[in-house]
Amino acid sequence: MPMPQFTPIPSLLGGLLIGGAASLLLLGGGRIAGVSGVMGSTIDDPRSVDGGWRRTFLLGLVLSGLAGLAVSPEAVGDSHASTPLLVLSGLLVGFGTRLGDGCTSGHGVCGTARGSARSWLATCVFMLTGGLTVFAVRHVFGGLR
Amino acid sequence: MSQGPTDASETAPLAMRGVALISGLMFGAGLLMSGMTRPEKVIGFLDVTGAWDPSLAFVMVGAIAVYSLAAMTARRQIRPCWADSFHWPSTLNVDARLVGGSALFGVGWGLAGYCPGPALVSIGAGSVDAAWFGGSMLLGMLVYRATGSTIDPPLTD
Repeated sequence: MPMPQFTPIPSLLGGLLIGGAASLLLLGGGRIAGVSGVMGSTIDDPRSVDGGWRRTFLLGLVLSGLAGLAVSPEAVGDSHASTPLLVLSGLLVGFGTRLGDGCTSGHGVCGTARGSARSWLATCVFMLTGGLTVFAVRHVFGGLR
Repeated sequence: MSQGPTDASETAPLAMRGVALISGLMFGAGLLMSGMTRPEKVIGFLDVTGAWDPSLAFVMVGAIAVYSLAAMTARRQIRPCWADSFHWPSTLNVDARLVGGSALFGVGWGLAGYCPGPALVSIGAGSVDAAWFGGSMLLGMLVYRATGSTIDPPLTD
């Protein structure tokens, strides 16, 4: 397995873009760019008057991936997880982000940046359980897939 | 929190859709540039006892730096440019739902290296792995929709 490559400059620049995108949605539309929240609200209340912008935001995310294929196909990588593990992972992320009211974008970026105690706690918790999971998968079970 | 129909809100939805589209595209571009659509970089960050890759921390620092300025600016404004009002999250209390939900999310995140944003971008790029993950994430959200309100303490909003 190749060593993960540390990419401080592209990662910082990408972070600035993410922050800019979330800032645009806040200052332009008054909304929080939390991907799980936007997606979950669309599912919970599909007929809401907010359905239009929510679906458009999600469409923008998907379209960026399509555009990314043309510009830099290596920017999207595969997971090393098997299909059953991907399914389990997706179920946990879908249910967990709705129960905990946010994910890496809503809590990890938007919430922490506006000084929300809830979001700081949520971010610490998912970083901790994410780290423990990777430790267990990689170093206890020796690369469970 | 619903606003009654006004003259302004007749034209607002189109502008709001434009803002949402550009924001979504830009958000995705940032995720692609930052390396967060490569699950091994996410796993590499979470693997602190292995070959640690601190890149994800740089992504967060960059995003938080910009957004904290935006949040400060927003607090001093009466309304956003193309909508009626700011919709700040209304929940303030720390409870078992927040901690338990975030803990489950972290486990899922660590298993495959996907969180919701990068998964949607990767689906757009045709990743089969991301599609399996994304379909299951949708199912997880539907399970929450069917059962979540029965979990104590009930969601108040």
